[in-house]
Amino acid sequence: MAAEQSVRSPQTPATASGDTRIHNIGYRSYDGPRLGRSYARLSLYSQSLRGSYGLGRSVKSKVLPMLLFVVMCVPAAIMVAVSVATKAGDLPVDYTRYAIIMQAVISLYVASQAPQSVSRDLRFKTVPLYFSRPIETSDYVRAKYAALASALFILTASPLLVLYIGALLAELDFADQTKGFAQGLVSVALLSLLFAGIGLVIASVTPRRGFGIAAVIAVLTISYGAVSTLQAIADVQGSGGSIAWIGLFSPVTLIDGVQSAFLGASSTFPGGVGPSNAEGVVYVLFSLGLIAACYGLLMRRYKKVGL
Amino acid sequence: MWQSLEESSIAPRGPRVTPRQGPPTGPYDSRGTPRRLSGLTTGVVGVTTVDDVTVIATESLSKRFPRVTALDRLSVDVGPGVTGLVGANGAGKSTLIKILLGLSPASEGRAEVLGLDVATKGPAIRERVGYMPEHDCLPPDVSATEFVVHMARMSGLPPTAARERTADTLRHVGLYEERYRPIGGYSTGMKQRVKLAQALVHDPQLVFLDEPTNGLDPVGRDEMLGLIRRIHTDFGISVLVTSHLLGELERTCDHVVVVDGGKLLRSSSTTDFTQTTTTLAVEVTDTDEHPDGTRAVREALHARGVTVEDGSGLPGAGHVLLLTARGEETYDLVRDVITELGLGLVRMEQRRHHISEVFRNSDEQRKEAVGHGG
Ligand SMILES: Nc1ncnc2c1ncn2[C@@H]1O[C@H](COP(=O)(O)OP(=O)(O)OP(=O)(O)O)[C@@H](O)[C@H]1O
Ligand SMILES: [Mg+2]
Repeated sequence: MAAEQSVRSPQTPATASGDTRIHNIGYRSYDGPRLGRSYARLSLYSQSLRGSYGLGRSVKSKVLPMLLFVVMCVPAAIMVAVSVATKAGDLPVDYTRYAIIMQAVISLYVASQAPQSVSRDLRFKTVPLYFSRPIETSDYVRAKYAALASALFILTASPLLVLYIGALLAELDFADQTKGFAQGLVSVALLSLLFAGIGLVIASVTPRRGFGIAAVIAVLTISYGAVSTLQAIADVQGSGGSIAWIGLFSPVTLIDGVQSAFLGASSTFPGGVGPSNAEGVVYVLFSLGLIAACYGLLMRRYKKVGL
Repeated sequence: MWQSLEESSIAPRGPRVTPRQGPPTGPYDSRGTPRRLSGLTTGVVGVTTVDDVTVIATESLSKRFPRVTALDRLSVDVGPGVTGLVGANGAGKSTLIKILLGLSPASEGRAEVLGLDVATKGPAIRERVGYMPEHDCLPPDVSATEFVVHMARMSGLPPTAARERTADTLRHVGLYEERYRPIGGYSTGMKQRVKLAQALVHDPQLVFLDEPTNGLDPVGRDEMLGLIRRIHTDFGISVLVTSHLLGELERTCDHVVVVDGGKLLRSSSTTDFTQTTTTLAVEVTDTDEHPDGTRAVREALHARGVTVEDGSGLPGAGHVLLLTARGEETYDLVRDVITELGLGLVRMEQRRHHISEVFRNSDEQRKEAVGHGG
C-alpha cells in the first residue's frame, strides 16, 4: 500500500493537493435516525408539490405556475367585487361551473407541471437513484401522483375559496353558499385526481419535456373539442339520448356529467341536459376507473424503468 | 485560549491530517504506515482485510435475459475493504449490482449483502448501502447541495441531518463553492463527485460504484481512485467498484473479482496477483555528467542484461524505469549501477503487478475457473 502510494504521488502532483484539501475535515459517521420509506415518500411528495409552484426551483420555473394561479383567481376576485358592489342576490357563476369555464388554464397548468414533475427524472435518469433507496415503485408513483393532484386542487379550489369568502362578505345565504362551496370542492377534487393522472401518464412516456407539454394539451383539449362537437351534432340531429354517453369520453365532460348528476351543477352539455342519475353512476364509475387506470399505468411504467 | 486557537488553526492545515487519527501525521498515510519508502526496504504493506465478515456473498447466481446470459452461476464472497469488479463491456457487472441492490430478481442462485438476502430484504439492504450508477443521473437545473440534500432525505435522513451531511459529504468529495451552482455547468469530474456524494450522504456501510472513473482524464481518474481508497480507509465504508480498466483497480483495491461473460474468472486479493514476480519502479536524479540520468541507468542495466521499460503510459513517463525484480540481487544490481554512475536515487519501489496480466492468460484462467466449478 505504501509502495503504491508513493509510486503515485510524484507522478500526479494534483493528487497530493487534492489529498490535503479533502483530508482537512475528518469524516463523521452518522448515528442519527433513519426515518425510512414513509418519511422518504412524504419528502418526495412535499418536494414535488413545492416544485409544482416553482418553489425551491429557479425563478424561471416559478413564473408560469404562479401566473396561472393568478389567472385562475383573478376572475373570481372580480366576480366577488362585482357582487359585493352591486349587492346582487347571487354569485355570477356556480361553484361547480368555475373550473369548467377555466378549463383551458387548468389544462395548461397540467401540461406544464406534469412533465416537470416526472419527465425530468426520466430524462436525466434520476429515477434509478430513487429506487436504489428504501422507497419502492409504488412510493414514488403515489408521491408524484398525490403531489400533482394536490397542486391542481390548490389551483382549482383557491378561486372557489375566493368566491366563498366573497359570498359571505356580500352576506349571501350562508347555508346555500356553504353547500355550493362544498359541492364545488368535491368536484374539483375529482377533477384534480383525474387531470393529474392523465397528465402524469402522458408525461411519463414522453421524457422530452416539450413533447410532454404538447401531448397533454392535445389530449385534454382535443378530446374536449371532439366530444363537444359530437354532442352538438347529436343535439342537432335530435338524438339527445346519446349526448350523455358521448360525454364520457373527455375528462372535462366527465367531470361535468358527474357534478350535474350528483353535485347540483347545471350541465354545460348541449341542451343543458346532463346525465340522469343512472347514467351519473356510470360517470362516477368511469371517472374512478380512469383514475385507477392512470395509477396502474404509472406503476407499470416505473416497474419497467427500474434501474 | 491562545493554545487552543493555535492548535485548531494548525491542525486543519497540516499536510495530511488523517481524520480518524487526529493530529497531522506528516508523511504517513492514514494507517500510520509510511507513505513513502526510500531505499531498498520495499515490500507491499497491504491492508488486505482478511476478516471473517462477508459483505457480499453470491451462490451460483445467474441472470438470464431472453437473449443473453448476463450472469452465469457466479459464486463469490467479498469481505470488507475495497473490492474491484473487473470485466469487459457486457461482462455482467451492472447486472450484478442491480441484483445485489434487490432491484432485479436473479434467475437462479442466491445472494446476500451485509448478511441480508437480496430476494427478500431489498429495502433493508438499500437503507444500508449507497449506489453510484454508471450513467449520468443528475438534473442540470438544481445545485449539488439541493440535489444531495434531497437524496439524503430519500434515504431517510431528517431535514437537518440531511443538510449537515450534505455539506460534509460534498466537502469530502472535494466540492466547495461550486456546490451552490446548478449542476448543468459542472465538468465531468465534478459531476462524478456529486454522484459519489449522493451515494455516501447517508453514511452507508457499503457502496456500489459503477464505473466511477468513466470519462475522467488521468488526473481526475487518480483523484477519484484516491477518493475511493479513502472511502474505506477514512470513512470506514466498504466499496465494490467496477471498471473495465484493469490497471487502475490494482492500486486501489484490496481484492479483485474478475468476471467475463457473466462467469467468474478469478477472485483474489490484489497481493496475490503480485506474489510471483514484482515490478520495481526506479527514479533517479540527473547530474552534469549524466544529464539524462534515467537513460543512463537504463543503458547500464541493459548492458547487464536487465530489460527495462520506461513506464510509458503512466503519468510522469520518461522519468520512471520499470523492471522485473528477481529477488534481492536485482535490488543490489540497481543500487550498484546507480552508485557507479554517481546518480542520486530518488526512489525505488515495488509496484504491484498489472492485473492485465491476468487477462493475458485469460483463456487458461477461464478453463481453470470452469474446472473449479466457478
Ligand atoms: N434489461 C436487460 N435486458 C436484456 N439484456 C440485458 C439487460 N441488461 C443487461 N443486459 C445484457 O446483459 C449483459 C450484461 O450487461 P451489464 O450491463 O451487466 O454489463 P456490464 O459489465 O455492466 O458492461 P459495461 O461495462 O458496458 O457497463 C449484456 O450483454 C447486456 O446486453
Ligand atoms: Mg455496466
